[in-house]
Amino acid sequence: MNRYRINIQRRHIVTPFESAGVFTGSILAGFAAIGVLFLLKGVNPFQAFYKIFAGSFFSVYGIKETITKAIPLILIASGLTVVFRSKFWNIGAESQLLMGAVFTGWVGLNLGPVLPGPVLVPAMILAGFLGGAIWALPPAYLKVRFGINEVISTLMFNYIAAEIVKYLVVGPWKGETQHGYPYTDDLPAHGILAQLPGSRIHFVTLILAVIAALVLWYLLFRTRFGYEVRVIGENHEAAKYAGIGFTRTTLLMMAVSGGVAGIAGFGELAGIHYHLTYPDAISGGYGFTAIIVAWLAKLNPLFVIFAGLFFAGIVVGGDAIQISFGLPAATVQVFNGVLLIFLIMGDYFLHHRVRIEKTAKNLGDV
Amino acid sequence: MEDLIISVLKRALIAGTPLLLGTLGEITAERSGILNLGVEGMMSLGAISGFMVTFATGNPYLGLAVSVLAGAAFSLIHSFVSVTLKANQVVSGLALTMTGLGVSGMLGKSYIGRPLSVKMMPVELPLLHRIPFAGEVLFSQDIYFYLSIILGVILWFVLRHTKAGIAVRSVGENPKAAESQGIRVSAVRYACVAVGGAFAGMAGSHISIAYSKSWIEGITVGRGWIVIALTIFAMWNPLRAFYGAFLFGGIFVLQYILQPLGISPNLLAMLPYVTTLGILVLYGIGRDAQRRMHAPAMLGEAYHKDER
Repeated sequence: MNRYRINIQRRHIVTPFESAGVFTGSILAGFAAIGVLFLLKGVNPFQAFYKIFAGSFFSVYGIKETITKAIPLILIASGLTVVFRSKFWNIGAESQLLMGAVFTGWVGLNLGPVLPGPVLVPAMILAGFLGGAIWALPPAYLKVRFGINEVISTLMFNYIAAEIVKYLVVGPWKGETQHGYPYTDDLPAHGILAQLPGSRIHFVTLILAVIAALVLWYLLFRTRFGYEVRVIGENHEAAKYAGIGFTRTTLLMMAVSGGVAGIAGFGELAGIHYHLTYPDAISGGYGFTAIIVAWLAKLNPLFVIFAGLFFAGIVVGGDAIQISFGLPAATVQVFNGVLLIFLIMGDYFLHHRVRIEKTAKNLGDV
Repeated sequence: MEDLIISVLKRALIAGTPLLLGTLGEITAERSGILNLGVEGMMSLGAISGFMVTFATGNPYLGLAVSVLAGAAFSLIHSFVSVTLKANQVVSGLALTMTGLGVSGMLGKSYIGRPLSVKMMPVELPLLHRIPFAGEVLFSQDIYFYLSIILGVILWFVLRHTKAGIAVRSVGENPKAAESQGIRVSAVRYACVAVGGAFAGMAGSHISIAYSKSWIEGITVGRGWIVIALTIFAMWNPLRAFYGAFLFGGIFVLQYILQPLGISPNLLAMLPYVTTLGILVLYGIGRDAQRRMHAPAMLGEAYHKDER
């Protein structure tokens, strides 16, 4: 009788072709798994997937919304590629975005009356960056100084920031012109970003997002700082011997990562909402979705532009299927989680050759 | 006044119960060297599965049992990805959390706004509940509380004094040596992660069928992450987890006590998260001496059998 066994060998050289194949396979398998979940929920997966992509890519309206939602994803995910490369798991982009929005709002509301438009908007962008960076630094410091797990600290900062924002919008910052709603007053007109006609695309932030991706790619792959970030991620010990300043590099890269998330907060505030309101409405899970965007982009800021658009499509399409199939907002989390699982599983098959083979008739022959 | 103290203590223990259960589970997984950041997702799935079963059958005990199974089954994804495929445990755990939150949101959608008609009721232990003060605080709780105490003591005993416990700890400390002793490293890790999942699932159903009796999306509000911090605070020791969990239970209750004093509820809601950070900092200050002694040496590291 023939026996079968699984033969696993490490692959040392991976061709781009194999890499692309495994990547595509992982995504398809991920979608298949999500399809099974939809089936169990009584939703026809093919209809659901069709609806998702039809909702986001097959109509002019859909494409406009997809680009709008890609803006914060591209900004945040490009920042995450940098810190993830050094194996620093910043899960706090959600609140770094919020703090960017808070700082932007403060500048817009308080300096708006005195600063002219051409000065106000750059000041708000800077404030957004600072807000995000300031909120990202404590977890980085706690990590380098006390060895505190950054996953926990960045998450705790998420919860804390959400409460701060709620406190502000129902308390001291509550707007006088908002009829009792939990909103701050609207930004002055010269602090509001123009949108492309007939859409919500605030193109100033879109341009900033693409620039951020390009600059961060350069930073990561063409500068000493980027080299240090990558060495820390690949071999912590080696980094020490190479004289790489772990503290300085960690603080700097988190300031950058938080800062671009803060700019995303600027965009949401000045380009979409015009006032600060409840945290869920402002950040909307972008900080978490950006994690999978960064991973999908293989931690390369250039690819983030495409991965960001792709996932923005899922977010937009996800809204469409919520309405037509009665699915909850959490459905997007299923896409995030399941695709992430399949992508990291794919890495294994990229580095190992797994084959099922027939063994000899008798074990003794082997 | 005494009534107030009794009520506060009692509520602190109730609020601390899911934290204790979750922490016991994470201690088990981490002792075997596997960091599972999927607790929030496993809890959430336990919460919805327990809720659905209780909703359908009217039997909260059945809900509890199913939540335990659901948590354990769901955790297998993490074992497969991080033990068998040796992927990065941080990313795998995060993915598990996202998936768990998403799937439980999908399952729970139709239950929003439909509270249970029965929930897990307290059970007064015969005779013991008549002890003044302690009887009211400790012996008139629901079964989750009793189970968390009993299981905590059992876990401590098993880890410390039995062969199985030594196997778990040696796998977390030095898998190579453990294997040379004939211990199957992967099997032990799968088992420990599954136990962790079972505990997390149970913790989740406590929230949905004993603590509250309605389902809302995101019902766990970060408790799964607090559990991970508490595991460190407990220095991977089940008995120390008791203090941490019930202390945190007290902080959850404190929010409601301080609210009438006119402090913003939003600021009070930050308390558990700020305290978590505070505890980690306190722990971090003395880390070098303590951590080396207590943290499993191979925590978070995949075990490559054939290499080196």
